[in-house]
Amino acid sequence: MSTNLEVKVWRGREQGGFTSYKVPRRDSQTVLDVVTYIQRQLDPTLSYRFACRVGMCGSCAMTVNGVARWTCRTSVAKVAVDGKLEIAPLANLPVIKDLTTDMVEFFDKWAQAKGQFKGRHSRHDDFARVEPTSRERIAANAGIECIGCGICYASCDIVTWRPNFLGPAALNRAWTLANDVRDTRWVERLRAVAGDAGCHSCHTQGSCSERCPKRIEPTAGIAGLKRLVAKSAIRGEL
Amino acid sequence: MKRNNDFRARAHPAYWAFLVHRISGLALAVFLPLHFWLLGQAIHGEAALDGILGFTDRTAFRFGEWGLVVLLALHLMGGVRLLLIEFLPWSGLRKNWIAGALGFGVAAGLAFALALIS
Repeated sequence: MSTNLEVKVWRGREQGGFTSYKVPRRDSQTVLDVVTYIQRQLDPTLSYRFACRVGMCGSCAMTVNGVARWTCRTSVAKVAVDGKLEIAPLANLPVIKDLTTDMVEFFDKWAQAKGQFKGRHSRHDDFARVEPTSRERIAANAGIECIGCGICYASCDIVTWRPNFLGPAALNRAWTLANDVRDTRWVERLRAVAGDAGCHSCHTQGSCSERCPKRIEPTAGIAGLKRLVAKSAIRGEL
Repeated sequence: MKRNNDFRARAHPAYWAFLVHRISGLALAVFLPLHFWLLGQAIHGEAALDGILGFTDRTAFRFGEWGLVVLLALHLMGGVRLLLIEFLPWSGLRKNWIAGALGFGVAAGLAFALALIS
């Protein structure tokens, strides 16, 4: 193991460049540890975002050696090439400063995809009973662990090519709600995801499913939405 | 302007399958009008069609024909994979089909090459 890592870090906004730092190599070191070392020991003006450090909050995603990753759970040993790291902000999102991106458009698209749950019962009603082995529950289960890190969105070429594309995370959210038997906005949501910016724009490149740190496969949800939209259109429901 | 990904973000089999499917589809789309134009020569009689067929009976065209067969084989298998992903219960990105499509393309190419030289 080399004693120092050679780390290139993006500085600036969209216009900017990489600055090199030497960071001591440690056992069990994560990429977030490296960024934190630089900010605390070498250059306090470096901006980056993190919170939980244990892979729950989804705030520390960055581009590491060209691939979007959650840095708190990414071991340096796994991604460093010849003791070198290149750390940049996520692609497909505006850069606020250095490694910090503006996530507003990412979450706005969740709202555009009707990602809010709206049930028909109030707190005065009994609990809804959802059979754990039902087809809908199993389909929803496959997508509900999303932590909103934006890695799928940053990895998706369709988002680059068609900036109004809702993106894998928003469509995955729409799919989980489409399979929530308590939800009441079914038709409204299918209309929201059926347009040019929705599920039919996906080219099945699979980068979202490849890169998701939670091993969610948005490609599955997008394929499911395509089927639902087609069936509903044939039935005249849309 | 936002930062874009480079080749490193795209280095995985499902993306390569997308590229092969798209490029082979575009190449076949370019070929089809030529194909129909050539067949259309039959309207002008047997001699016209034979004349153009004779013109294409040379090595460069044979090599092109071999390329078309390979592209068609890859596009066919890639298309079946997409249909499986879209219409059957989810079973991942079906990378086994990507490997199968590559094998099928190679086999089709070798078989056609054998037919050409025999």
